[in-house]
Amino acid sequence: MELTPARLPRWILVLAAVGGLFVVLPLVAMALRVDWVHFVPLVTSESARAALLLSLRTSISATMLCVVFGVPMALVLARTSFRGQRILRSLVLLPLVLPPVVGGIALLYTFGRRGLLGGTLEALGVDIAFSTTAVVLSQAFVALPFLVLSLEGALRTVGTRYEAVGATLGATRWTVLRRITLPLVLPALISGAVLSFARALGEFGATLTFAGSLQGTTRTLPLEIYLQRETDPDAAVALSLILVVVAIAVVGAAHRVRPLGSLAPARPVAPALRRAVDTH
Amino acid sequence: MGLTFAAQLAERDVDVRFEVATGETLAVLGPNGAGKSTVLSLLAGLLAPTSGRADLEGSVLFDVGASRRTLTEPRERGISLLAQEALLFPHLSALENVAFGPRSRGVPRTAARATALGWLERVGVAELVHRRPHQLSGGQAQRVALARALAVEPSLLLLDEPLAALDVSITPTMRLLLREVLQGRTAVIVTHDPLDAFLLADRVLVLEGGRIVESGATAEVLTRPVTAFGARLAGLNLVQGRRTRTGFAGGNGIEVPLADRLPEGTALVLAVRPAAISVSLSSHPGADAAVVRAEIDDVEHRGDLVRIHAAGLAADVAPADAVALGLVPGIAVDLRIRHGDATVYPTRREQQDSGRSTAGSGR
Repeated sequence: MELTPARLPRWILVLAAVGGLFVVLPLVAMALRVDWVHFVPLVTSESARAALLLSLRTSISATMLCVVFGVPMALVLARTSFRGQRILRSLVLLPLVLPPVVGGIALLYTFGRRGLLGGTLEALGVDIAFSTTAVVLSQAFVALPFLVLSLEGALRTVGTRYEAVGATLGATRWTVLRRITLPLVLPALISGAVLSFARALGEFGATLTFAGSLQGTTRTLPLEIYLQRETDPDAAVALSLILVVVAIAVVGAAHRVRPLGSLAPARPVAPALRRAVDTH
Repeated sequence: MGLTFAAQLAERDVDVRFEVATGETLAVLGPNGAGKSTVLSLLAGLLAPTSGRADLEGSVLFDVGASRRTLTEPRERGISLLAQEALLFPHLSALENVAFGPRSRGVPRTAARATALGWLERVGVAELVHRRPHQLSGGQAQRVALARALAVEPSLLLLDEPLAALDVSITPTMRLLLREVLQGRTAVIVTHDPLDAFLLADRVLVLEGGRIVESGATAEVLTRPVTAFGARLAGLNLVQGRRTRTGFAGGNGIEVPLADRLPEGTALVLAVRPAAISVSLSSHPGADAAVVRAEIDDVEHRGDLVRIHAAGLAADVAPADAVALGLVPGIAVDLRIRHGDATVYPTRREQQDSGRSTAGSGR
């Protein structure tokens, strides 16, 4: 038997519809402005191709950085307790609420030529600011909290009981991590990585501030769109549509990865009910 | 050798000391929050004691004191834990769950799977090897979990209410399976079911408020309890009292003559089954029975009988008699106990061997 869904006041439905339109309508408006006749030439121009490829390359690199450093960060935040942990967590999540331009300035004064680490890096022969590396760093900086946040939540939900069982069965810490913890949070890891990728792909402010806008080197797709908007609005709209399609694909992918908990109910309800009936 | 355990855990106010011989099963009973699961967690290494020491078959599990702190990692203790929930790894098949322990201890994949299959057969679920945990019923999952716990050949098996979360219809077969695998195995089982203690354990230990209040052979504790909790487990009435010049005098007025030589003032308890107490509106205190007159506090319907609570005692009467006598809370009744149905013994268990005393004609 299925329960009838709760009835809601009508004005709630109205407000919800208005909110939905507010999100969807601008996308429709933009799609309506696309110059379909010249769409293919517009999105395959040399500058557009360079920007798209650069965006994909840097976003993938940034996502990998997020995974490499974000997974250990989430593990430390979820599985240990130490003084100042709450403050540290807030700081880690700061890029989420910080204006990206501010992030870019902060990065500039860290990795820039006259920044905190600039001298050291220069001595090593590394020049980061206004290079492709700077793009990756900007994107990783803003995208990292997405991965840490989603993974830490999943780790806390899964709890430590399976890990304790693994330990009593003789597994080393590394085996527990590899064969129990990570497989259990894999869905969250994937959706967190997908979200980080999406955030990296859309990154604009920090990139512009810290990496500049050099075609083929630091001019990612969002920067290209912003520039084209002045000179060739049709190209800007066409490229925007590409980003919208990528975003929809990403959101779809993130949704398809169901959390393990919902995929594996502790005990199927139907057999339990049948057993109860059989015994009476 | 076996297990010797002594530990204090300040933040949970637990202070417990006991031993388990090799091959022996100890049942730990007690009300909720008594510290039963804490003891298991200390043994498994999931909690560290404030102080204490435990050894299992000659190797140290923990040794914590003012100047020393040895804590063996859980994986090096040789102790398996079977909890109330099966806690099978949800992303692994039944076979891989059971093979997890051997593989973690360095057994090659093929050999570990062979071992796992053997254990799954032993617990009677060999046909479920490729199922994922969410495709198993509660009972099947608990069998797989048992196989997983045994597959690492533990020196000590810990069972934390292993039957509590199961369907009532499958607990009997699961209990028999446990009885079978616990033969000759060193184990500690936490339970609230006296039946588990009767069928599975050689010895019983009752915890209350983080302290041991009773311990002894299972039959001894469940037939001659000295605490209210032990009495409730055994389904007995327990009356605290003292030795007088003539016999036993209980706190609720019961007097039973005794023929022993215990000194006056010795703390004694009287145990009597609820079915052995007869209830009437008035009766004569014959030479062979004690009578207590009291108001009924509560009347409880229990299927085929009615339980009367009065004067701190529970008495079972037939429903027809309860109706005929008009037994309702507030009316005064006579509770009559034949001397021969009452068992009287000292509260302190160590005095029992020398000072065991049974009332009247004895049982």
